[in-house]
Amino acid sequence: MFRFLRDHGIIERNVLLMGVLTLITISIGGLVQIIPLFAMETTIERVGGIRPYTPLELMGREIYVREGCYLCHSQMIRPFRDELERYGHYSLAAESLYDHPFQWGSKRTGPDLARVGGRYSDDWHAAHLRSPRALVPESVMPPYSFLDRPLDAHDIAQRLVAQRRVGVPYTDEMVGNAVADLATQAGPDADAVAFQQRYARARQGVFDGNPRVVTEMDALVAYLQMLGTLVDFRDVTPEQLRQQ
Amino acid sequence: MPPKTAKDAVSGQDTTGHEWDGLTELNTPLPRWWLYVFYCCIAFALLWMVLYPALPIRGATGLLGWTARGAFPVEMEHANAAQAPMLARLRAATPEAIAADPALRGYALAGGRAAFAANCSGCHGAGGQGAAGGFPSLADDDWLWGGSHAAIHTTIGHGVRNGEDAAARGVAMPRFLADGLLTRPQVEELADHVLALAGNATETPAGGRGAELFAENCTACHGARGEGNRELGAPRLDDAIWLYGGDRAAVLRSIGEGRGGVMPAWGARLDPAVINMLTVYVHALGGGEAE
Repeated sequence: MFRFLRDHGIIERNVLLMGVLTLITISIGGLVQIIPLFAMETTIERVGGIRPYTPLELMGREIYVREGCYLCHSQMIRPFRDELERYGHYSLAAESLYDHPFQWGSKRTGPDLARVGGRYSDDWHAAHLRSPRALVPESVMPPYSFLDRPLDAHDIAQRLVAQRRVGVPYTDEMVGNAVADLATQAGPDADAVAFQQRYARARQGVFDGNPRVVTEMDALVAYLQMLGTLVDFRDVTPEQLRQQ
Repeated sequence: MPPKTAKDAVSGQDTTGHEWDGLTELNTPLPRWWLYVFYCCIAFALLWMVLYPALPIRGATGLLGWTARGAFPVEMEHANAAQAPMLARLRAATPEAIAADPALRGYALAGGRAAFAANCSGCHGAGGQGAAGGFPSLADDDWLWGGSHAAIHTTIGHGVRNGEDAAARGVAMPRFLADGLLTRPQVEELADHVLALAGNATETPAGGRGAELFAENCTACHGARGEGNRELGAPRLDDAIWLYGGDRAAVLRSIGEGRGGVMPAWGARLDPAVINMLTVYVHALGGGEAE
């Protein structure tokens, strides 16, 4: 019955046998990728502070993906001393919990951005995105001054629903208030008690220096300024960082 | 076994048994040495899979129990052990004392340079030269918050107008036009006076209402002659150094919409020894002042 093990000519002449063996081979490759996902929960550290993105941050994230920022910037600080010295605490799986898709990246033409939040002022981010070499002469980053156009976020509620379908715990309240929350975060004078309850420690502000209109720049800077800031590592114990 | 194949008459090697128009293909075996290296590689890979994280057994850590996160604290301990005595002295000493001690000063300048490149150069430039648009130069002797060791130490540790540190420096400059404190013509007169203070001649004659408006609105922070006030971080207006540009349009915008740079509080992010090293480094960039 297993004569084909000794003579591959039998496989080549029997299309049914070849089909079955091909299926088995491909299944092994697939299972190697799929089976570890069943244990994914065990990799997520039990740290506090992780919350879904605010509507404005989510739009900023969409722009980050659209402009392909991940091609030059990683969001993955590895557990090495040099990375700690330059970027801060290594990235946790929990910090990518609500990333669909994650933005870990694989190449650093520019610096890692996993903890860029709060490292620079809003003014710096806006000026730097408009003209990187005005602030960092040695930079090779292209200018993104076109981000000063109005942000098209008419479908923000649907985007939250889409995120919810892949597992992000947006509540009905968050979806219902998505449009208002987006405007609240981009306007420093807006009453933000309910907004802050929905999205703990979210930063409000005129991120691009122009209070009159919510731009793509506002969204992207809001996203960059929250990166890596959700977990307060002063309160984190080694026990919480343990996986499994 | 595969069907018996004919031997090649010329070389005496086996053939594959396939034949195309009278041509056959040699089935020369791989060199033995190559084959053994190949088998060794497979064995090595299997051993590696068992020893290191790969197989989903025992928490996928492998028989050695090695993880990158487990190796990280060991790496940090080695580095800390080598640096600990020096860092402890840098932590305990004041920046002035560090600057006065040649051994500590040398270490602090080297460490400060590395920390400056990683944390400060984005805004203040690789050499501390600053950038137009509100990112002050640290290499000159024009200081917003003071250029002594103590002043620099406070600025780095607590930052400026960041909303995250209660002791952060900075007051908000009024938005004279945007908030309706002054009218457009008044702001223009004021701008001409400010430009005249700095010695920039303008086509509109300075003086008159401009000086009066300056005395009413600006002297509390910027001083009677625009000499600035380091307690408030109010820049000098009587020199040619401009944080946001010294042309008339930039000055108009500064008065009309207000200015206020933001700097993070590095005390919450960096080790006290690193803050001290940065202080000594920035002080030595060119404009350091005596206490």
